[in-house]
Amino acid sequence: MSIEKQKILTTDGIPLELSLKKAEKKNKIKAFLLVCPLLLFLIITYIFPIGDMLYRSVDDRMVTDMLPKTYKAMEQWDGKDLPEEEVFEAFYLDYKKLVEEKTFGKLATQLNFEKNGFKSILKKLKRKMKNFEEGNYKEQIMSVHKRWANVEYWRALKRRAPSYTYYKYLKGVDMYENEEGKIVQVPEDRRIHKILWLRTLEVALFVTLFCFLMAYPIAHLLATLPMKYSNLLMICVLLPFWTSLLVRTASWMILLQQQGIVNDFFVMIGLVADDNRPEMMYNKTGTYVAMTQILLPFMVLPLYSVMKTISPSLMRAGKSLGGTPFISFWKVYFPLTVPGIGAGCLLVFILAIGYYITPALVGGASGTLISNQIAYHMKSTLDWSFASAMGLMLLTGVLAIYWVYNKLVGIDNIKLG
Amino acid sequence: MSKNNQFVKFDKVDKSYDGKILVVKDLNLDIAEGEFITMLGPSGSGKTTCLMMLAGFETPTNGEIYLDNNKISNIPPHKRGIGMVFQNYALFPHMTVYENLAFPLKVRKIPKDEADKKIDKALSMVSLQGFEARMPMQLSGGQQQRVAVARSLVFDPKVVLMDEPLGALDKNLRESMQYEIKHIHESIGVTVVYVTHDQSEALTMSNRIAVFNEGKVQQLSNPDKLYEEPVNSFVAEFIGENNTFRGEIIDASKTQCKVKLDSGADILANPIVVKNKGEKTTVSLRPERAIINPPEKMDNNHKGKIEEVIYHGDHTRLRVDLLGNKEFILKVPNSSARMDIKTGNEISIGWNSLDCRALDPK
Repeated sequence: MSIEKQKILTTDGIPLELSLKKAEKKNKIKAFLLVCPLLLFLIITYIFPIGDMLYRSVDDRMVTDMLPKTYKAMEQWDGKDLPEEEVFEAFYLDYKKLVEEKTFGKLATQLNFEKNGFKSILKKLKRKMKNFEEGNYKEQIMSVHKRWANVEYWRALKRRAPSYTYYKYLKGVDMYENEEGKIVQVPEDRRIHKILWLRTLEVALFVTLFCFLMAYPIAHLLATLPMKYSNLLMICVLLPFWTSLLVRTASWMILLQQQGIVNDFFVMIGLVADDNRPEMMYNKTGTYVAMTQILLPFMVLPLYSVMKTISPSLMRAGKSLGGTPFISFWKVYFPLTVPGIGAGCLLVFILAIGYYITPALVGGASGTLISNQIAYHMKSTLDWSFASAMGLMLLTGVLAIYWVYNKLVGIDNIKLG
Repeated sequence: MSKNNQFVKFDKVDKSYDGKILVVKDLNLDIAEGEFITMLGPSGSGKTTCLMMLAGFETPTNGEIYLDNNKISNIPPHKRGIGMVFQNYALFPHMTVYENLAFPLKVRKIPKDEADKKIDKALSMVSLQGFEARMPMQLSGGQQQRVAVARSLVFDPKVVLMDEPLGALDKNLRESMQYEIKHIHESIGVTVVYVTHDQSEALTMSNRIAVFNEGKVQQLSNPDKLYEEPVNSFVAEFIGENNTFRGEIIDASKTQCKVKLDSGADILANPIVVKNKGEKTTVSLRPERAIINPPEKMDNNHKGKIEEVIYHGDHTRLRVDLLGNKEFILKVPNSSARMDIKTGNEISIGWNSLDCRALDPK
């Protein structure tokens, strides 16, 4: 049986709910105005760039727009044999226009991403085109270079016809769409990205593990030492934190190089022979050492903040109830630090997986990570859409890890302080 | 089986944390089997340190502690078999009530069916059956306290230590828990060492009380003796309410002495600590032992002025300016025969010299 609730009225006869809403409206507007600048800032500096990045990674209109006639003519082409004369003619007209506008260079770059060797034949075509006669462009173009008679180059051209493409993503995982339109892996000796992804994952995992192993005792000491010692220790933890990243990485270079202090010390104590100094830098070892040191505070601080809240009487209770120190630690103390471990590991892992400057400086060839590859494409090859695609893949990976963590441990269990 | 009167024995125990100050000085204390003994004292008096030494979390700097005639200084806490209830309960927040209670049984490798019986028994002792699956956070302060007590008893320890276990509870709950703990002690006969700074708690619960101050046991006796017959001014001041007069002994016999107060008046007192003429003394008198308009036979009879009247329901407290002591407290029972008590009135106040104890001057 349902009893209809009587509406409560204020003394003025207005329903209480309405009156409350009215009274709170002003506060809500005020609160919104206060967060407005931040919201705007986030949209401009975060949401918009990521959106742009996403768009850039799939956007392929550049080539489409540069060769409108060609692609129109190509609609009829089945892609099996060389295209008909009309396609060649359309391509000639499009390319002529680009040459006149002096924008053909972009096309050359883009098509070269698609198929190596495109750039040189386009340049050659540009030079020879001045002497072209009207009609029978197929013959004329094919006579410029024998690659123009190779159907694969025309297929490559056709692949760039759609305005949007997921081709860059395939390239990011060393795959491509072959002539038959099937997605296949690139030859084994050219799978560089796969190696980089796996190495990035490996480095991030190990750096997280090393950080955890080192930070746990430090954080425990910090949380349990008397104030005057723990403050000093805290400064020791934070001091590197306040030092420039470059300075710290450079110091590791001084320490770890073959004629460096660490090697000198090893030679001095007779651990290694003077003529057989180990390489500790420009490889994975250097990346591990430097990154662990740099990311250590990100593990110490969340752990510390969690451990600080654990009452020392809990361990005592464990012991007084008959648990050995180890059992008391493992069954009582450790489970209570899990939120801090989760927060620290997630933080360090996410930072490590996108780390750039340290691997770039001390990583050498075998210690560079995916972020270095992204930077390479941003700065050197200028293939921004590929860099965007890899950036987004990295972002997706991080979000996936976050999701898995949430499923396994629960994000509410995270404690950063 | 005869009762062991030295079930727990502190033998000349000293404790220092920094090598400069002794927190516990030459402590000798015997605790009988099945006794409920309370260590009472202000904070920093060394009582908790004593408890921690007994539990094994601190080691004595000098001396030895015996449990059931065995030296225990070199036994780690987890092998001592002593139950402990902590000030903030120290329940494991990530375990259910059942798991909390099962912890001490699991580490002792007690089979599950037997453990279940013990847990059930312990929970019924604190009337918390049906709460097994709850997390400590879902319990009220009082319930958490009960779980802590149950956990400390579930593995049948020889001794249970309680470190200000009721400190965080509100007054009503504290009082009911006091009775409950007392009843549990009576029903299972375990030896309890209880630490508190709350004297009424100590008086209500204990068989014997050890009053601590500055690392030393000031007095060890049963509650009524402690209250009625404090052996020094610290105990007199610390336990219950107390009126004091300072003065010098001008005449003394075996059972009575005459004290000249700083204000010039003379009172008769019972010489406890100081016995000789010319010694300084602090005279202590319980508020309820002084009465208004005393009969002639009382050997102390003085006039005082009422400074303040505080109504307390069942009784009224008077603050009286008496013989130079402006803080003299007097309790008047709230009977229908109300006397004319008003601020500013002059009244005569009297007491027996036997109740008025001449103690050390402090």
